[in-house]
Amino acid sequence: MITNIVIAGLGGQGVVKASDILADAALAAGFDVKKSELHGMSQRGGSVTSDVRYGHPEHSPVLSPMVPPGEAHVLLVLEPTQVEVARPLLHPDGLLIGPELIEPSALKNKKSFNVAMLGALSTALEIGELYWQQAIQANLAEKLHALNAQAFALGRARGPSRRAVVFDHS
Amino acid sequence: MTEERLLLSGDDAVALAALHAGVRLGTGYPGTPSTEILETFDRLGGHAQWAPNEKVALEVGIGSAFAGARTLVTMKHVGLNVAADALFTATYTDVDGGLVIVSADDPGMASSQNEQDNRHFARAAGAPMLEPVNSQQAYDYTWLALEIGERWKIPVILRLTTRVCHAKTLVQPRAVEQRRSLEDHEALPEHDQTAQRFRRDIPARVMIPAFAKPAHHRLRQKLAEIAAWNEAEGPVQEYGSEASDHVGDHVSDHVSDQLSDQLSDQGGIQATDKIGNRPRVRNNEIKPKLGIIATGVAAMHAREAAPDARQLTFGLSYPLPLERIRAFAAQVERLLVIEEGDPVLVDDLNAAGIKAEGKPMRYRFGELNVERVRRIIAGDDSPEPAPAKGKPPELCQGCSHRAVFEALRDLDCIVSGDIGCYTLGVLPPFSAMDTCVCMGASIGVGLGMRHALPEAEARRVVSVIGDSTFVHSGLTGLAEMVYNPPPTGHLVLILDNGTTAMTGQQEHPGTGRSLDHSPTHQLDFAGIGQAMGVQSVVQIDGSDKSVSLEERIATQLARNETALFILRQPCVLAAPKIRLYEKAASEERARQCAARPEV
Repeated sequence: MITNIVIAGLGGQGVVKASDILADAALAAGFDVKKSELHGMSQRGGSVTSDVRYGHPEHSPVLSPMVPPGEAHVLLVLEPTQVEVARPLLHPDGLLIGPELIEPSALKNKKSFNVAMLGALSTALEIGELYWQQAIQANLAEKLHALNAQAFALGRARGPSRRAVVFDHS
Repeated sequence: MTEERLLLSGDDAVALAALHAGVRLGTGYPGTPSTEILETFDRLGGHAQWAPNEKVALEVGIGSAFAGARTLVTMKHVGLNVAADALFTATYTDVDGGLVIVSADDPGMASSQNEQDNRHFARAAGAPMLEPVNSQQAYDYTWLALEIGERWKIPVILRLTTRVCHAKTLVQPRAVEQRRSLEDHEALPEHDQTAQRFRRDIPARVMIPAFAKPAHHRLRQKLAEIAAWNEAEGPVQEYGSEASDHVGDHVSDHVSDQLSDQLSDQGGIQATDKIGNRPRVRNNEIKPKLGIIATGVAAMHAREAAPDARQLTFGLSYPLPLERIRAFAAQVERLLVIEEGDPVLVDDLNAAGIKAEGKPMRYRFGELNVERVRRIIAGDDSPEPAPAKGKPPELCQGCSHRAVFEALRDLDCIVSGDIGCYTLGVLPPFSAMDTCVCMGASIGVGLGMRHALPEAEARRVVSVIGDSTFVHSGLTGLAEMVYNPPPTGHLVLILDNGTTAMTGQQEHPGTGRSLDHSPTHQLDFAGIGQAMGVQSVVQIDGSDKSVSLEERIATQLARNETALFILRQPCVLAAPKIRLYEKAASEERARQCAARPEV
């Protein structure tokens, strides 16, 4: 079984950084991982999505790096206007985690909103918290570690706490 | 192979392989999705530099390879059009060092002006072409390109596409003892740099007709030999048969141990519910014995879309291993080619008498994905659901280009545009661009309109070009302007924001900094305009509001002069970094002055 996650937002919000952290966490947890997104023109403030897929390295290695439309198990959206834009990417029974979950004013720095949203996402995935913390540290400058650890913890406390349902591709 | 497993983009994998293989020089011009290759090569310690354009990059690369050095040249697909003049004759020559030309194609045009399929170039220029399916193969085939290139003394194209360049997948690099590193390479007696001499080989490198005629014969002979090698031992993966060879998706025991531990800790993915299978294609449901031929990332989509089908995927897609394909075709009832872009493979197979089925026309447009491949396999040519309309990109808040396009809009200019961030000036609220074709075209196209339009209309034409694009392909346009001036004159605006902004703020010869941001000579755009004989050359600082830009342009358009305005204001995204580079450079200068002994 492959787990498909799509992160959606606008250019400049840290969508790609968030998917880098997710991919590193899944890799550290022992999964085969692929991630994919478009760079360039789409990042001048336009809609951005990034796909992360992971599965058991022997039983279900990831083939295509792109999540087929309508087959995301989890859709994590960082920007209210992008919820409906990205919704067709989500499986009808998939889990939507929208930006309303976290009040930006609850964060010490609004730039860590993407990491706070990953905290919420983490409650829906089978990736241990330690791997997330390692991945956050590996992807951000040291001076930002404490700030983002707090953001992640805040998101984790508000997460849906229900495992994403994973359908079988095989 | 090492135990080391890295999650790398295809671009980074190429850079890592280049480093491991001892590539002595990497050169290219920035272009999505290829840009990160040279940036990473530099970061890893390789010698990387930006060229003014792809043609110069390839020429420098050819020289480096003639001199015996392993060389990497990178560009996006349209960049190879610029470099094509060099490419088509370079394949006639003998290169001593491996010369890898990366063509990063952009099917679906995530950030390009066309979705040309550069597999045609391999065939047209007679250049062997390797097509990786993922980052592991991007790493492996960079090595292979160097090895093929050195064995047959021929430049090799490594064709990537957006989803190979920017997708991150796992890579196991070669173990240190399997690498011929830069140090090893140079430690060999025959590569002692101080003893290295130029190897003269005039008939193999001077392409006058007398030498080029036999050289063309040699090229066809090389390609025949490479095709024979591809048949016998080329990189081919076959799936779904007893002879399956699961190259490309390696599995590490170490990792699966970790996974097992984790699954026991956390309940595990096996325990999760199953919610409805997606419509899938099984070969026995459609037609027995489906055989798929696929290359590049499409091969991964196909394996996922039809896991039970037989599949043949080859890494060296030109010259093709036609007999291996013919043998594969004989074993299946339906032979389907899954390829992104143009019907290149399917046409080649049918021309070789291998009956193969292609895809309906609608799938020629845009990228493929698993869902589209399922539809192709099912023979479904019904209209596809329209993709959701996202928010389009826009010029950044505070971008210096905004004021320019407001002025051009308010003056109702006919704007001949160019390639870069400023192409976004075509979108509302500006809607101030009328043409955009290729790098540097703003000047020539603007001049053509000035020549053809009646005077009142001609006077409204303005060419708008960025600083990096001006260096890339605008210099010759400027020569055209002074050589064949239209009766109404012309106005060229260089929007000089001090960086190659669109591709992620790379340096270029107009910034005065090298790829690694260290100081180097800086081109003087105003001096160039004056030396060429442009009648009015004006430098305008973006922060200078003493005369409005609108007024300056209006005044100039009323005159029958050739004019070059250089509008200087740093890109808002690059400005903080530029300040840091300048600070570092001035500190370095002070350090050097202090270290100089007094006389």
